[in-house]
Amino acid sequence: MRKIRTVTTTIGGALTALLFVSAGQAQSLRDAPPGASSCLGCHGAQPTSLPALSNLSASDIENAMEQYRSGAREATLMNRIAKGFTPEESKAIAAWLSAKK
Amino acid sequence: MRDTRPSRRHVIIGAGAAAAAFAAPALAQAAPQVVVIGGGYAGATCARFLQREGVSVTLVEPSANYISCPFSNAVIAGLRDIAQQTFTYDAIAAQGVRIARQAATKIDRDAKRVTLADATTLPYDRLVLAPGIDMNFTALPGYDQAASEILPHAWKAGPQTLLLRQQLEAMDDGGTVVISAPANPFRCPPGPYERASLIAWYLKNHKPKSKLIILDAKDAFSKQGLFTAAWKEIYGDMIEWVGLSAGGKVVEVKPREKIFVTEFGEHRADVGNVIPPQRAGRIAIDSGIADQTGWCPIDPVTFEARAQAGVHVIGDAAVAGGMPKSAFAANAQAKACAQAVAVMLRGAQAPEPKLINTCYSLVTPDYGISVAGVYAPAKGLLTDIPNAGGVSPAKAPASVRAAEASYAEGWYKTITTEVFG
Ligand SMILES: Cc1cc2nc3c(=O)[nH]c(=O)nc-3n(C[C@H](O)[C@H](O)[C@H](O)COP(=O)(O)OP(=O)(O)OC[C@H]3O[C@@H](n4cnc5c(N)ncnc54)[C@H](O)[C@@H]3O)c2cc1C
Repeated sequence: MRKIRTVTTTIGGALTALLFVSAGQAQSLRDAPPGASSCLGCHGAQPTSLPALSNLSASDIENAMEQYRSGAREATLMNRIAKGFTPEESKAIAAWLSAKK
Repeated sequence: MRDTRPSRRHVIIGAGAAAAAFAAPALAQAAPQVVVIGGGYAGATCARFLQREGVSVTLVEPSANYISCPFSNAVIAGLRDIAQQTFTYDAIAAQGVRIARQAATKIDRDAKRVTLADATTLPYDRLVLAPGIDMNFTALPGYDQAASEILPHAWKAGPQTLLLRQQLEAMDDGGTVVISAPANPFRCPPGPYERASLIAWYLKNHKPKSKLIILDAKDAFSKQGLFTAAWKEIYGDMIEWVGLSAGGKVVEVKPREKIFVTEFGEHRADVGNVIPPQRAGRIAIDSGIADQTGWCPIDPVTFEARAQAGVHVIGDAAVAGGMPKSAFAANAQAKACAQAVAVMLRGAQAPEPKLINTCYSLVTPDYGISVAGVYAPAKGLLTDIPNAGGVSPAKAPASVRAAEASYAEGWYKTITTEVFG
């Protein structure tokens, strides 16, 4: 999905995206994979009773989502949310969230 | 799934826009202007995220402060100060969003121009409409603006919240509180039942001989099983819920006598709370963006109004398919909409979004329950993804309910920081 859109926005867009990443800045909202920006409603830059995700690696987030989805890891709510995403979607979300600082 | 393969046309337009964006800082030349009407959970979020994408944004909002509805039921129960509900627009202005502290009075859809209360006009390339709700003061006989000073709705937070609080404080022990709940759709589906719970908490601790009756225009409501079981367990028979088929629908109110008239009889209240039928904020109705239902149908990918391309609608005013009218949903829609607008301003196609909603409710200060959902566009609507989402388990230890109550607080802190902090 992201790949397709990069093509759509053409070379200029792709270059801009690259510059953003290499400058070490927060990932642009324009590049957010489906579902990712919703996570920020509960998981912000600072932890509360809910964890911040920006200190976690992409694979930590991806694994947690997988375990919530399968039920291997218990939660009050995340199991219900993880079931709404495929492994590929979770991977893309994890990459975007972990790059956000 | 929509066909997301790039057409030749998209590639060319995309190249032009991207090149223009690249040639000079930000979106130079005639920088595209976005106007956002309404600085609530939806509009304020959208304005901030658009500004961070380099878009020139004006946020139109008449109030100097935003008073948040989420957690306002705790204010009514005396558990929280209204100051904890009150936010300024300072951080949003400091970030570089222009703020017009006025009401939008007119949208000229052909000229792409918004008129403000002082008659100035704001031209736009794209408009985001996020005016929230208005009470429909013509839908329930006897209930108009004046009646709401006696029987508060408290469904917009502020003076109405404090009025209901004062009335509860002034009520004698042994009094009857009556809440009337509307038919769907309305702002915050679990809200009336959270309110009943927290008022019962106050009564149980301060006026234990009192009673609370919910007169409902529906036969089913959000998290019903969880609420009903918790009420029984915690409040015994203090709370009585009367559904539609048992005669719960209120057909008239008599504010002077505080009488609620149903199809089956009359209830006299010592404190009466009327949550009336609602519709999209007036500007959405006047501009013809809302349809005859009073709400604004939208495209689930771009959030553009079905009535008008280039005008995006988010938050409570929109018909968001399976998504409830919640602050969480308004904030999630705002970010997906900001992404769509930023991408479209560059001449590209908005990506298919996915959205999450989570609504916590408090039954007591340490007893939280939740409902969640995940949504994606299907058949022209934002639609529930099957087998995901749902409510908290029916049977759970007190530790789980306490954890959810503390997560509710965490959510509030995080979201209000993202929107106003
Ligand atoms: C008692 C109660 C409890 C709730 N609890 C929760 C909860 O726990 N969790 C949750 O997720 N949701 C909750 N909600 C729902 C939540 O409050 C709404 O869904 C949310 O406020 C919707 O955001 P919005 O931006 O669409 O509208 P609003 O927040 O109402 O914002 C609309 C803004 O637009 C402005 N406006 C209107 N017309 C104009 C105009 N013509 N020009 C300029 N500005 C205009 C208004 O001044 C207002 O600031 C609760 C609601 C209630 C009533």
